[in-house]
Amino acid sequence: MNPRSPHAATAIAAEGLVRAFDGVTAVDHVDLDIARGEIYGFLGPNGAGKSTTVRVLCTLLSPSGGRATVAGYDVGSQPDQVRLRIGVALQEAALDPKQTGIELLRLQGRLYGLSRSEIDGRLADLGQLIDIGDALGRRIGTYSGGMKRRLDLAAALVHNPEVLFLDEPTTGLDPVSRARMWEEVHRLNRELDMTIFLTTQYLEEADELADRVGIIDAGKLVAEGTPDELKRRVGNDVIVARVDGNARAAHRALERVAGVHGVEARDDEVVVTAADGAATIGAVAVALNSVTTVQHLTLRTPTLDDVFLELTGNQFQRDEVEVA
Amino acid sequence: MTVLDLAVGTNVVRPSTVRAKPSPFVRDVVSVAGRALRAVPREMETVIPPIFIALFFFVVNIGTLQRLTENHISGFDIKAFMLPTGILIGVTGVSRAGALVLDIQDGYFDRLLLTPVRRLAILIGHMVADVAVAIALCVPILVLAFALGVRVEAGPAGVLAFLAISAIWCLAFAGFGYAIALKTGNPAAVNSSFLLFFPFLFMTSSYVPRAQLDGWLKGIAAWNPVTYVLEGQRSLVTHGWDAAALGKALLAIAIVGVISMSMCFAALRGRTKRG
Repeated sequence: MNPRSPHAATAIAAEGLVRAFDGVTAVDHVDLDIARGEIYGFLGPNGAGKSTTVRVLCTLLSPSGGRATVAGYDVGSQPDQVRLRIGVALQEAALDPKQTGIELLRLQGRLYGLSRSEIDGRLADLGQLIDIGDALGRRIGTYSGGMKRRLDLAAALVHNPEVLFLDEPTTGLDPVSRARMWEEVHRLNRELDMTIFLTTQYLEEADELADRVGIIDAGKLVAEGTPDELKRRVGNDVIVARVDGNARAAHRALERVAGVHGVEARDDEVVVTAADGAATIGAVAVALNSVTTVQHLTLRTPTLDDVFLELTGNQFQRDEVEVA
Repeated sequence: MTVLDLAVGTNVVRPSTVRAKPSPFVRDVVSVAGRALRAVPREMETVIPPIFIALFFFVVNIGTLQRLTENHISGFDIKAFMLPTGILIGVTGVSRAGALVLDIQDGYFDRLLLTPVRRLAILIGHMVADVAVAIALCVPILVLAFALGVRVEAGPAGVLAFLAISAIWCLAFAGFGYAIALKTGNPAAVNSSFLLFFPFLFMTSSYVPRAQLDGWLKGIAAWNPVTYVLEGQRSLVTHGWDAAALGKALLAIAIVGVISMSMCFAALRGRTKRG
């Protein structure tokens, strides 16, 4: 638990949180209970309500219903107290291209009430994170995308927040850069005991980083737990078959196979969950061959993609999952 | 694809005991104004045109109207008369509203809103910068006027009063630009606010004394607040201290300011409303 907290173990809490826009409910009765020092992954496809939830928790939007607290303070009635305790890196690096990096960080420090010496100290503390050398004195408009991301993260950390919100921090990064960002998030959490609320549309990112994951779909929190807990919900093993023709025809045949927990069929792919995949795969192959031709059959352990499919009936679009 | 080159395997962020705290309002205003002023020399494209236009109109109007006016109006000094016109053409419409709308588009405005800064300080900070820019814009025009032989009858204090009127008029008019910027978040809409400039600056006694106007233009000029701002400033240049003229100028600016600032603060409330 974070020793600097005057409050209990909860860093972020929400009860029946609702946010609606002109009759469209973007966040629909979401409950959250995130402990101090936890990395919480908020997972969902585009338009699921992730960013809206972050904007409510960060005080940019008021809740339409329910309530939420961050660092012990109500986001609706005590937004100034919340703002003092959070750092936020929004989906797009929110930077002023006309300022230099150092000007932006110093201004950020001043707006958080830090003295000149405190700002100098924090810039030294953040030195390696910023790590863009002489470019810090250049205008931000000349920075590469990676440099902007680093500066944006540094700006979110300059006042040493208790809770850090990262809204899709690796969208647009290449795989190596993404892995380095993951390492950074781990380190901020591990070494500074910082609570991190991370939204992502990358399943493997939530799996890699988060102590717990919440899955949001159409504004509703449809599941929550550790990645392992969530994976266990869909069974111990997953058999994926690629078949000729319409996979839905195989659905009925598979339902009668002993050991099969669930079947999802879409286009030419059938996803079968089973308690013991090795013992079941033979029977699955026979059942499929009785109604269609199997092109490819694989056995693997469940992923969060399977969890999402099980919970929402929708699969993550590949173009959303793959690195840009 | 973006490449992020974070150092790996080292202590990237050192622990700290620093804590954020509320900053005094004045400090917030100074911080925001400082940022706005730092941006000015980096955006000379927004500063050069008003100076050029003001100098252009000042010189061309004198050249065009000198013989016509001075030969027909006894004791008339076109250079002194045109000084306030040139200055107001320069400072009317000078504002950081364009920069503010870019902040909204770039998301930097949201970054400011995520800090504990008071929302009003964001706006006031920009306006403080506008006042400084407006005064700086007046300097080359005044220097040219003095070089051409214009003397301010109210003396050095009158020059300061002249500058102050120019600056607060700039501020009052800038409120419209900020209102549009905050309401629309649209740079094109902000740029189109320039259209307000024309009725204010040209349907008035910009070129000849109000007594020389006739018909509908005279009627409009009587209702145009710029008429009284010009007459107040001209009184400093041509007659010395004229309390009535200055009072009317300040009242005209106050009326425009109340309207523009009401619109502006309402737009700020709308933009920063979380509901």
